[in-house]
Amino acid sequence: MKLSEIVRLTGGTVVCGERHIDENVDYAFASDLMSDVLTLRITDFLLITGLANVQAMRTAEMSDLKYLLFARGKQVTDDMVELADENGIMIISTPYSVFRTSGILYGAGLKPVY
Amino acid sequence: MTLQFNVEGGDFARAGYASSQIKKILKEIGVDPDVIKHVVVALYEAEVNIVAHAYHGVITADIEKEGIRIVLDDAGPGIPDIPRAMERGYSTASPEVREMGFGAGMGLPNMKDNTDSLDIESVVGKGTKVTMYNKFE
Repeated sequence: MKLSEIVRLTGGTVVCGERHIDENVDYAFASDLMSDVLTLRITDFLLITGLANVQAMRTAEMSDLKYLLFARGKQVTDDMVELADENGIMIISTPYSVFRTSGILYGAGLKPVY
Repeated sequence: MTLQFNVEGGDFARAGYASSQIKKILKEIGVDPDVIKHVVVALYEAEVNIVAHAYHGVITADIEKEGIRIVLDDAGPGIPDIPRAMERGYSTASPEVREMGFGAGMGLPNMKDNTDSLDIESVVGKGTKVTMYNKFE
């Protein structure tokens, strides 16, 4: 699924990493627990989370993941954007909840990691 | 090559800085990306543990031709029961740590899963020393 489609379906906005908008991603994982994210072996997935802080960015960095979607319209700080830019990570923000976001994207064909 | 970083307990804004720097260097010297991921996932969990539980600590990474040895030596409360701490789901983390997305009792098991060897020594009331090793091939 194209990242542009993910943005459209979730009523989202691109916070940074606009250059990834035409890329494709097949898998997604939703969690607020960063240790859970760190157990994943794959790197090419979208992380959907309600945990908007520097540790979510660091977790993305360590996991080599490129796409982060923050749910519930959480505030993305300048520190987070700086880390995202440094590591080539795209941040999308949606006003929808993690549950609603996940349901929409799953229904549209984005595959679960498990 | 030896790298050293100081880590302060409670400084969540900076947690992950050392892991990030070490990751950049491993990339620069051309270590396999899969190996780098294992190293930095284990290291990041360990670095967060210092921030979450200790007063301060020092991370020393020795990068050799065959692999990387990382020692995380902290001054802190120590771990009274290491086998129990290694159990998935066992945690003594504060609510603040949980708000950061950690503290679910997965850190030490994640560290073990991502290293070729993991050694933990701890003295209650003094601190904990974690030594991890990853081969590059």
